[in-house]
Amino acid sequence: MAAGNTYVALASNTLSSAAASVTFSSISGAYTDLVLICNIGASASTSVNFGFNGDTGTNYSTTILTGNGTTAASARTSTASNSTDYIAFYTAGAPSGLTGSMIFNVMNYANTTTNKTILARSGSDSKEIDLVVGLWRSTAAITSIVIGMQTGNFITGSTFTLYGIAAA
Amino acid sequence: MTPMLGIMASQISGHLASGAYASIATATVGSGGASSITFSSIPSTYTDLQIRAMAQGGASAAAINVNFNADTTSTAYWHLLYGTGATAAAYTISTAYIQATTLSSTANTNMFNAGVIDILDYANTNKNKTLRGLSGYDANGSGTVALYSGQWINTAAITSIVLTVNNGTNFSQYSHFALYGIKGA
Repeated sequence: MAAGNTYVALASNTLSSAAASVTFSSISGAYTDLVLICNIGASASTSVNFGFNGDTGTNYSTTILTGNGTTAASARTSTASNSTDYIAFYTAGAPSGLTGSMIFNVMNYANTTTNKTILARSGSDSKEIDLVVGLWRSTAAITSIVIGMQTGNFITGSTFTLYGIAAA
Repeated sequence: MTPMLGIMASQISGHLASGAYASIATATVGSGGASSITFSSIPSTYTDLQIRAMAQGGASAAAINVNFNADTTSTAYWHLLYGTGATAAAYTISTAYIQATTLSSTANTNMFNAGVIDILDYANTNKNKTLRGLSGYDANGSGTVALYSGQWINTAAITSIVLTVNNGTNFSQYSHFALYGIKGA
């Protein structure tokens, strides 16, 4: 491995117009982990969800720890058609255009032996801070990721950058 | 029962790189499992260390414990904020190790825990060492997600790290651990 080539930017996308989803495809299997860093705004009160390899079956689940400035809570989704609630945005009536940030880790994404576990921390100051673990019940190597809004769009200027991390 | 030998990650593979985020060593657990993972001879040329793990322990395993420099006597303190999918809670304790991440168990077939552990200013000899852990596993109907912080009451530079399963069981086959060094400007 070349020196300085351990944490590599694979692709980035800054939205020039509003979009309901963003897809990273043809992801190289040459790394150990993937890290996706997003700074996004929402056009509606909603949450962000993820899917892998175009799978829309009920093969996703999440466990969430959240704090809203007053209380801490935990919740779960099971047997879902995508991984949800990675960033929860503002509730109805809050100012529009507020942004949220997220760092999304996909561990050992290219292995073909185990199901895939995803770890994310995210926050939207208008809503809450979240720590989320997700499961995709598939042993397939991840070659594409789609990030979508539950409702509405990502606003113009939202940024998405995908990195690969290589191990020794 | 014959104890399983631990994996010495620095003896399996590893190299030094000159990048700002450099891969130092990696360990992947083979068939039969491993009772511990050891990263040894860690160079002091970085500012921080990061361990990235995808792991599973034996029956009823729940967490990964960390010891530095083979020290099993110094006091350590750690805090935990966690969610079970139904409730959120917090916990603190003083032990001779730091609990640094959650851990999936063999009850969750083929479902592994994800963890990222940051060890800050690990080579400094003037202050106690602090780590933070971000971790969780989901098993489609069960699971835990957690934030950890821990402090090792020792000012020695960290030169080795041992990871073990909280209940003494083995890390499962396919568990994967990678140690990285992060340089400051």
